[in-house]
Amino acid sequence: MRWRERAAPVGVGAAAVAAAILLSGVLLGLGGYAPLDAGRALLGGAFGSADAFFSITLVRSVPLLLTGLAVALAFRAGVWNIGAEGQLYAGAIAGVWVGLLGAGLPAWVLGPSVLVAAALGGAVWALVPALMRLRLGVGEVITTILMNFLGIHLAAFLVHGPLQEARGVFPQTDQIDPAARLPVLLSGTRLHVGFIVALLLAVGLSLFLRRTRLGFHVRAVGASRDAASVAGRIDARRVTLVAFLGSGALAGLAGGVEVAGVTYALYEGLSPGWGYTAIAVALLARLEPMAVLATGVLFGALESGAGAMQRDAAIPAVWVIAIQALIILAVLALDQLRRRGVGGAASV
Amino acid sequence: MSEVELVLFLEASVRLGVPLALAAMGEAITERSGVINIGLEGSLIAGALGGALGALAFGGAGMGVLMGALAGLAVALVFAGFAVGLGTDQIITGTAITLGGLGMTGAIYQARFGVTGTALTLPTLAPVPMPVLADVPWLGSALFAQAPTAYLAYALAPALWYFLFRTAWGLELRAVGEHPDAAQAAGVRVRWVRFWATAFGGALAGVAGAHLALAHAGTFAENMSAGRGFIAIAVVVLGRWNPPLVLLAALFFGAASAFQFFLQALGLDLPYQLFLALPYLLTLAALAGWVGRSRAPAALAQAWPNAG
Repeated sequence: MRWRERAAPVGVGAAAVAAAILLSGVLLGLGGYAPLDAGRALLGGAFGSADAFFSITLVRSVPLLLTGLAVALAFRAGVWNIGAEGQLYAGAIAGVWVGLLGAGLPAWVLGPSVLVAAALGGAVWALVPALMRLRLGVGEVITTILMNFLGIHLAAFLVHGPLQEARGVFPQTDQIDPAARLPVLLSGTRLHVGFIVALLLAVGLSLFLRRTRLGFHVRAVGASRDAASVAGRIDARRVTLVAFLGSGALAGLAGGVEVAGVTYALYEGLSPGWGYTAIAVALLARLEPMAVLATGVLFGALESGAGAMQRDAAIPAVWVIAIQALIILAVLALDQLRRRGVGGAASV
Repeated sequence: MSEVELVLFLEASVRLGVPLALAAMGEAITERSGVINIGLEGSLIAGALGGALGALAFGGAGMGVLMGALAGLAVALVFAGFAVGLGTDQIITGTAITLGGLGMTGAIYQARFGVTGTALTLPTLAPVPMPVLADVPWLGSALFAQAPTAYLAYALAPALWYFLFRTAWGLELRAVGEHPDAAQAAGVRVRWVRFWATAFGGALAGVAGAHLALAHAGTFAENMSAGRGFIAIAVVVLGRWNPPLVLLAALFFGAASAFQFFLQALGLDLPYQLFLALPYLLTLAALAGWVGRSRAPAALAQAWPNAG
């Protein structure tokens, strides 16, 4: 029975992905495209060569892994953080800022400082909706979404204004100091150390949730806030604050790792919506940090494949956003049907 | 600021407030039934594209508005099928619907008009000045020389208030949003009510999107809804789920969006990204200042029957 319980979520996940892919194939066909060509281009772009896999798919998956972990932590605690996108931008801004200011410092100081600053930036961005919920009773769904728009516009303002590159031509910052950049992990590819950071954090978050007292409190409050407060004598407000800040820090780190490992500068439109994709990543992983490793890479592959699909099969890359939405809906629907059919325990 | 600029500012405030008002009044009805539709943004952008394609296909903005309403309705029906029919989590379902709406409209637009996107010129939904009223100084031309969608918003505010608080159906709808179990026991079909309340909200959001494309921008652009669906949900809170108050709150936020014209008229040379951020900032501030004094429907965002 135990084995079946463990395998069922994987089955639901695989079925959801299959259903979403089938349905998008049908939709593509209705739109007058050739679905098989699209699939071939997508797979080729994601896995077709070592370069495609290591330099595009895995590189693309790093911010998705980190924001996916951010969403998983928040949702586990019953915090509806839809704001990973804004927290990512806040982290990228803080990281680039430190990377520019700290020029001249040795790499072993500056490199970690950039990442710490990014995590703090993301946490600060999450603090606003956290305080609004805890002090004022304003639900976090809308406030975290509004903070996304503020983060995106703040980044746009900075790269057009105070932080614009010295030449003042392009809407981007100067490149951060070489000492601030993340080293490449595999020579000959663009895969950087941020991937290892994400792996370690997934393991760390998994251990935190399973093995620590606070992690248990997070799960208890997420399962039932009232029961945790009354029966478990858990300080639910403190747990909520921890989940907000931890989630924001992880999402902020995603922004910091992206600027320190890939772009070396802050741009307008740095993220193609990773903070939203992260919701699909986390849900498909059933909010399990270790499973996020798999789903994050899957969505990274989807994104890198989408570029190839647009190039080789002339299918707009934005299709991938629709596929992500389909995957979320398929997970929700299959879960609901399974719950009704089997009458078993809820798994999220 | 001269008188001419003030009049322009007021006119722009109403023009930008109308889509918020339509979407938010629809969402107020949806939420009164106990459903929060975060997918409103998806209905809005679908309405904008549906409005644009409809206006092009039928050569008139009126048909565009109708097609926009249908597109918004279709998106809301998908949401309702999952969140009301299957009882999936409303927040996550709504987020997926918004993502899907933005993705699908982008894909359809690019498939039709190319990846780079041609600048689309649409038949516009022209202002229809109301006789006499439009001649009232300042506010007259701002309020009563608008596109027909604005008059729809003005008319809906009292009509929806009457529906909610003075009719039997309105009472049933509110009962479903407050105590679905009790409503069910009294013979109200909970899921049926929630389904239609959600569909209505989606259709109005579709009209709001069509207004954006046809009366405001005169074109369609990807992501042109720019978070208005989310601001509309905040406007519902600020308007305390009461249609006339929601209309007033929406017009206030229209003014916030039009504020950049006002500041430019003052000759302040501030970066435009700050103006763009202003509506979101004001929405946050307003939620922080106001929300404690309003109470949401008791069963809002809860699946029914409880999935347990």
